[in-house]
Amino acid sequence: MSVFFINLVEVTAATVLDVLPIAIILFVFQALVIRRKPANLKRVLIGFVYVLLGLSLFLVGLQEALFPIGKSMAEMLTNPEFLNIKAGDPVRWQDYIWVYVFAAAIGFATTVAEPSLIAVALKAQEVSGGSLKAFELRIAVAIGVAFGVSIGAYRIVSGTPLPYYIMAGYALVICQTFLASKPIIPLAYDSGGVTTSTVTVPVVAALGLGLASSIPGRSPLLDGFGLIAFASVFPIVSVLAYDMLISWLRGKNQANSNKNNEELSS
Amino acid sequence: MNKSVQGFLKLITDALRDLAPIIIVIAFFQIVVLQQPFPNIGGILVGLLCVVLGLALFVQGLEMGLFPIGEAMATAMTRKGSLIGLLSFAFLLGFGTTVAEPALIAVAAEAADIAGQSGTLANTVEAKANYAFGLRMTVALSVGAALVLGVYRILTGWPIQYFIIGGYILVVIITFFAPPEIIGIAYDSGGVTTSTITVPLVTALGVGLAATIKGRNPLLDGFGLIAFASLTPIIFVLIFGMVA
Repeated sequence: MSVFFINLVEVTAATVLDVLPIAIILFVFQALVIRRKPANLKRVLIGFVYVLLGLSLFLVGLQEALFPIGKSMAEMLTNPEFLNIKAGDPVRWQDYIWVYVFAAAIGFATTVAEPSLIAVALKAQEVSGGSLKAFELRIAVAIGVAFGVSIGAYRIVSGTPLPYYIMAGYALVICQTFLASKPIIPLAYDSGGVTTSTVTVPVVAALGLGLASSIPGRSPLLDGFGLIAFASVFPIVSVLAYDMLISWLRGKNQANSNKNNEELSS
Repeated sequence: MNKSVQGFLKLITDALRDLAPIIIVIAFFQIVVLQQPFPNIGGILVGLLCVVLGLALFVQGLEMGLFPIGEAMATAMTRKGSLIGLLSFAFLLGFGTTVAEPALIAVAAEAADIAGQSGTLANTVEAKANYAFGLRMTVALSVGAALVLGVYRILTGWPIQYFIIGGYILVVIITFFAPPEIIGIAYDSGGVTTSTITVPLVTALGVGLAATIKGRNPLLDGFGLIAFASLTPIIFVLIFGMVA
């Protein structure tokens, strides 16, 4: 238990250090450029304390409960013994089915809990006047991450070059950009960057390193990277797809109600 | 008082809902697939309690502290009408929050190791430390530049897709000329730069700007700063790999 408290103090100190540059910049600009006391200063400061304390508790809890087990899980699932692969066998991507399933499941699950995604989704819901639902948006992003990390795991197993996949993802995003409705586009682009932070990165990185070090012929340094890149491109695809799906459903509803109206009037 | 207790209970249940998928996935793989017992179940439960409480507090703090201050800065800067002030604020915010980012420090050190092993760099501690420091500065500068460009875009109302698609094309072209061992790190660096505290602040700043400036739509113009901050590091790190 005492180890736990030491951890908590250490993580809180690290979080404070993390926030310090932001606090200094805010303070300097407030004092030198704006030169006016911000409204509700007390409330804002309490909010900052909540953010600091909340993030520290969150990280300590993850370190206690989830990261060790998630990392050992990633190692076990990529262990040749568990996968029934004998030394010297050629690498067959089909042998790693559980790895892809785990990659998708953990990518989805960690993204749903990602605090910075919660923040962006809340803001989007507020700004859109509720026409965009924060939770639906987060699920759309999480599906993209699940898909991305799973393909990324396949790439490490198959040893195919990373740029081809990312370029294919870019091409898909560009095509979708022309088809999606305008207001969703900036938000979709943003969702690529927010998915990969505190919760997702450690677990996903452990998966990539575990895979690359257990497969013969892959180097953890060269092939272990790239999963984060997958997790940042595919959410853009899935959020744009979510928007296209909604527009399509809306169009269909409209067509249906038009049809009903015509039937009624005739 | 009663209302705030109710509000907090709502935050706790939301946090439980957000964490349920992780718990289900981990439990399923541990019990069904790997068929292993849970080590140290008491520690795990205490940890989960912290995670739930922490997430609820964070969301509460977002609404009270980070969002309002981000928007207040945006409003105050536009009222002042100081373009230089606003752009230098954007640059410092991007640079200052990225340069000390722990995830970036870790990635830069790994990148230096790779360069050392592949022989493109002298495999000494000093050479690697220099390389890692250069890489960190490169990424931090690129995030600062990204926020300047992003804020300027909000002011002018230019459509974001031209910038992002242009950026993608640039990434594709540079990839062909960059050394292969830097590519994985460069592509990953886009994701690691935006920390949990920077994201809400930057989002609020963008939305606040778009809401204050006449003729801008918060949804259409306010978002997109994070997108810039995740694209430019890829380009800058690829170039760094070619030059260094």
